[in-house]
Amino acid sequence: MPDLSQPAGSRAARHQVQNEDLLFEISSPGKCGYQLPALDVPAAELAHTRQEIQYFPELSELEVIRHFTRLSTWNYGVDTGIYPLGSCTMKYNARINELVTRLDGLGDGHPLQSEALSQGALRIMQLLSQYLLEITGMDAITLQPAAGAQGELTGILLVRAALAARGDARRKVLIPDSAHGTNPATAAIAGYQVENLKSNPGGTVDMSSLERQMTGDVAALMLTNPNTLGIFEEDIHRIADLVHQRGGMLYMDGANMNALVGRSRPGDFGVDVMHLNLHKTFSTPHGGGGPGAGPVAVQRELSPFLPIPVLATRPDGSPRLDFDRPRSIGRVRAFYGNFGMFTRALAYIMANGCDGLLQTTEDAVLNANYLRKKLEDVFALPYPTPSMHEVVFSDSLQAARGVHTGDIAKRLIDYGFHPYTVSFPLVVRGALMIEPTESANLAELDQFIGAMRAIAQEAQATPELVTSAPHTTKIRRLDEVAAARNPVLRWQPPPCASS
Amino acid sequence: MAYPTNFRYTTEHEWVAAPAAGAKSARFGITDFAQHQLGDIVFVELPQVGASLVAGQAFGTVESVKAVSEVFAPVSGRVTAINADLVKSPELLNSDPHGAAWMIEAELSDPAQSAKLMDSAAYEAFLAQQEAAH
Amino acid sequence: MLAELGLPSVDELFSHIPAYCRLNRSLNIPPGQAEADILAYFKAAAAANAPGFTSFLGAGAYHHFRPAHLDNLIGRGEWFTAYTPYQPEIAQGTLQSIFEFQTMICQLTGQEVANAGMYDGSTALNEACMMAARVTGRSGLVVARSVHPQYRQVLRTLTQFRDFPTAEVGFTPAGTCDWDALRAAVSDSTAAVAIQSPNFFGNIEDWEAAAEIAHARGALLVAVITDPVSLGLLPPPSSADIVAMELQGFGIPVGFGGPYAGILASRQKFVRSLPGRLVGEARDPDGRRGFVLTLSTREQHIRREKATSNICTNQALCALMASIFMATYGKQGLRELAQHNLAKAAYAAQACHNAGLEVLFPSPRFHEFVVRLHRPLADLEPSLTQAKLIPGLSLHPDYPELGHALLVCCTEIVPRAAIDSLAALLAQR
Repeated sequence: MPDLSQPAGSRAARHQVQNEDLLFEISSPGKCGYQLPALDVPAAELAHTRQEIQYFPELSELEVIRHFTRLSTWNYGVDTGIYPLGSCTMKYNARINELVTRLDGLGDGHPLQSEALSQGALRIMQLLSQYLLEITGMDAITLQPAAGAQGELTGILLVRAALAARGDARRKVLIPDSAHGTNPATAAIAGYQVENLKSNPGGTVDMSSLERQMTGDVAALMLTNPNTLGIFEEDIHRIADLVHQRGGMLYMDGANMNALVGRSRPGDFGVDVMHLNLHKTFSTPHGGGGPGAGPVAVQRELSPFLPIPVLATRPDGSPRLDFDRPRSIGRVRAFYGNFGMFTRALAYIMANGCDGLLQTTEDAVLNANYLRKKLEDVFALPYPTPSMHEVVFSDSLQAARGVHTGDIAKRLIDYGFHPYTVSFPLVVRGALMIEPTESANLAELDQFIGAMRAIAQEAQATPELVTSAPHTTKIRRLDEVAAARNPVLRWQPPPCASS
Repeated sequence: MAYPTNFRYTTEHEWVAAPAAGAKSARFGITDFAQHQLGDIVFVELPQVGASLVAGQAFGTVESVKAVSEVFAPVSGRVTAINADLVKSPELLNSDPHGAAWMIEAELSDPAQSAKLMDSAAYEAFLAQQEAAH
Repeated sequence: MLAELGLPSVDELFSHIPAYCRLNRSLNIPPGQAEADILAYFKAAAAANAPGFTSFLGAGAYHHFRPAHLDNLIGRGEWFTAYTPYQPEIAQGTLQSIFEFQTMICQLTGQEVANAGMYDGSTALNEACMMAARVTGRSGLVVARSVHPQYRQVLRTLTQFRDFPTAEVGFTPAGTCDWDALRAAVSDSTAAVAIQSPNFFGNIEDWEAAAEIAHARGALLVAVITDPVSLGLLPPPSSADIVAMELQGFGIPVGFGGPYAGILASRQKFVRSLPGRLVGEARDPDGRRGFVLTLSTREQHIRREKATSNICTNQALCALMASIFMATYGKQGLRELAQHNLAKAAYAAQACHNAGLEVLFPSPRFHEFVVRLHRPLADLEPSLTQAKLIPGLSLHPDYPELGHALLVCCTEIVPRAAIDSLAALLAQR
């Protein structure tokens, strides 16, 4: 039973943290951290070269190592503890994934090598594609998009091309008000007008609104399933049928696939096009904000429009790149996509296998429901509908005491946890969006529950403790308003400095 | 904060204040309710002098740390002046949205248009209705 | 746990999913494998991907030596398993390193502000053009044909359903942008003029000439750079309005095409039109300096359909690799690194010339050049493969007018002996 009398307690013990200046402040002229081999060819000259790079850092190798090591100690990662950000699926990033990505031939392979010399890389892409199609139940796939948002854009461009080919160009896209911000931004970039679709009191798509709004001018409905509230769209059959009857297409944002893998396949419930986030469901590391990868899987009708090159198969089963695709929408980025993420995702799928993938999904959903059960008496639950891999509470019970979701999140840091997602989705006032993933054992879940319950008590008894949190970190709450009013986005040398 | 009785208000929370009844030019701004919704204002984007204004169309934006809002022209006209103090100190919008934080001055194409907007009593009733609906 | 939930089995948690949505069989994927077996699979794949060959390929992805401590540092779990720094109090490591990164990019490019990264150079070019359109209120785009063909394809794909009339301008026999043709193509409805230097053929373009032409008609100059190593020696595009740069050359593995990272750098006055993440300096109540994501209201999670872009990720880990690379080489090191690249390519071009090959384009160049072969590349491939050499890129598909032309890249890692072998094999008749 976690010790609740001592909030900072055993989890958030302070440790020695060096205050580390900026590279430019540590720099000294003449220091260097590299050594190039002697030149084995004659030196060459250029008529016009640059002046020296003013104020650029000069450090020794050890100074570089200490700098980046110290900085890292101020971060919290999945390796540190559970990271319950909703819809981010912060799962374990296995080290075997890192190892296989760096093998000679793969880590240093050049994308423009001839096909004959690239069979290894192409086979990896072929196998990953096969597994992702099996998982999603779709017919064809592109691995090219660089991230989820780019996958969304690719998907909507495919819809646009397919409808144009039918001679039925339309102008609008429907998006639920609970959707992630990339969805409407994407639709706008693809040249569509965005129309909002209201949710019903259960938090899912309101069928009568859809009936009314799904007209002959709507190209697609962009759905996340389960949605951003962690709720499965139980009317998905009727939704898909309605969209199709009216000549539109169903796009699915696959961000929440961690609730479905092995249990349900979007291709089986009427989805025409969807993207996957390899950096969520398939464990590729978040790296502090990227890189990701956003493959797009489609039903047969959309396959001719896929970005070039398309991975095809020769009669003997070996992979080749097909550039002869006259109806393709073109390229969405240079080369073939984030190959380094393909190796990692494939290793993840292989390590888990059909049994492990199913177990992962079940554990993720079980963990979220356990948290929901243990916290629903102290935090308001805006929707009674069953949760899948994530649960969304609201801060309404605490707001009466002036404590909001952002404050609770900051106080959670004092208990040694990374916060959940604050204030999203927007349909819930003061949302707390919690996704534990399968990468959490029972002891950790109980500690998290203990911390949240303690904070709920503090919100009633000593709200200032929560509203002025965090108290135990390297710095306290930063003045983001001043930072936005007068943005300082780079270091500048002090006024009297010489270069 | 009281809502000045000589202002007219839109459902998008803009106000227009003509100096005297039937005057050909007026000042525009956003209401106390709007600034409160947005939070600490960090940036205000205003049009150029001479730009034309169409009732109901956006003429600028107001930005806080957590949101950006477009500002819509309450009535039609042409911009004759912009509030340079506001551009320099956007936080004025939080402290004095109905006075020192006026946004633009405009020559009105149809002075009668403002009469069709809500007066202060109607606007306050409108706000009360919004609160109840939540 | 199930007991706590009062449920007989895990299946109950999925019972609300309609029956027709449920997968009632195992996934057709083999059961979970041991690390040793997974490693064996990948090793076999790696062996079929020309390991140990010496590569003369460039064309947007460059083989540079990666310092030994790079992967070791970024391999720390606090770097690579962390998320986007939305909670600054526990992400000061990521935030400070991005602030340093933004600064170094400004110093290198001669610009005033830089963002925390885009997906890659090709999408950075697209974002730069969209930004120019927002800033100028115009929609015309003029792009040099000597800009990377794949970058131009991406621009076409991403703008195809919106109204962005795009004109391409050719190159002279010297292999650089045709300035007269450019002047004729730029008009009062041009938002952006995009020029790459070193261009796709490796030739160095004149940033000032390009800027003068763009600015004369009120258009913005977008400077495209595909190897940041070039900035160690070449004049930076200070007269450009927006720089769209591929970061891969700075310590990011070539890795069969990705992940890479791109950046946008520009003037302070355009900062609110800049897409992607930005880190700014801030103070806490005790006056301590810290760093925080700022100007987020431009981004998709707040502005939604009015966002400057739909981008969410910022390739943070790749940008970190680049930061460590830049900090390690430093001011003098980057210059020396660039000089080595220049020297190797100059030697290689000379060796090809001595072997009887025509080296196209008598212009100053950096580390890439174009030779005309006597025979199609396909005929030469067997002997090249036998010698474990990857020769370079055939330009025929994108520039058929150049005949059997080959784009050769020679970086600091290529040994002299390999260059000599290459020249001899390429010159075969």
